[in-house]
Amino acid sequence: MLVKVFITPKEEILDPAGRAVAQALRSLGLEQVESVKVGKYLVLRLEVASPAQALQAAAKACEQLLANPLTEDYRYEVEPE
Amino acid sequence: MRWGIVQFPGSLDDRDAWYALCRVMGAEATLLWHRQRELGGVQCVVLPGGFSYGDYLRCGAIARFAPIMESVTRFAAQGGLVLGICNGFQILCESGLLPGALVRNQGLSFICERVWLRVENAQTPFTGLGRPGELWRLPIKHGEGRYVVSGAELARLEQRGQIVLRYVDSAGRAGPDANPNGSLNSIAGVCNERFNVFGLMPHPEHAVEKLLGGEDGLKLFRSIEAHLA
Repeated sequence: MLVKVFITPKEEILDPAGRAVAQALRSLGLEQVESVKVGKYLVLRLEVASPAQALQAAAKACEQLLANPLTEDYRYEVEPE
Repeated sequence: MRWGIVQFPGSLDDRDAWYALCRVMGAEATLLWHRQRELGGVQCVVLPGGFSYGDYLRCGAIARFAPIMESVTRFAAQGGLVLGICNGFQILCESGLLPGALVRNQGLSFICERVWLRVENAQTPFTGLGRPGELWRLPIKHGEGRYVVSGAELARLEQRGQIVLRYVDSAGRAGPDANPNGSLNSIAGVCNERFNVFGLMPHPEHAVEKLLGGEDGLKLFRSIEAHLA
């Protein structure tokens, strides 16, 4: 089972990297770019019997290590291989 | 007293801290490998600067799971003094021993320079030899030093005097021009509520001799020594 984890800076946390990328995209002519969030994308391969077990593992992984709840938002998707 | 300096894979300033404590101050210090589970009876634990575990994922996030951190957490819970410098500060925040988090500098650049700091609270074990409002000159060298914390927690930290050091200009004024990394309220160092755990981004161990450009770092280490004497 694959777990895909998406981590982005929280809305209220200034994301200078996102701001720099947004500015670069506007310089490219994409003036419609309002904002960019630069985050992380992780793919976990798990040996589990069910999607429910994968979700449980993903929740623990995100809460306790992968994301810092003070500064980051996260979401994850479970996908059979 | 005996100091303990934790060495994680990727620690850089462990030997600088050892040099400051042993060679400059004449104190006794032991290096503690991250796999150890015992602190060996030390009275103050130093988590040094560097890039523990390559700073993978987030600075300090992985070091938190090192075997020795269980002992450090227990030591702190018993009231033992813990000092986290730079990466050590990040580890203390990730471990939940200090409130808040350290994120990418506002200007995105790694900053290596000497800064002015104002002692906001001189009644902690870490600053007892300073005076309130005294200015210290210490170097910083970090890419992720912007201190952030929730608004409610920030108000509590300010009210309880847990903001121990603030970035200021040479006249002692805080403000955007004197805030190198964009930290909330120009925060450079914070204590926990019990005032036995302290984390700061500046490096006292790099300012212990005139040859290094200043000796203000000694005030911090000597305060700890005086507190424990």
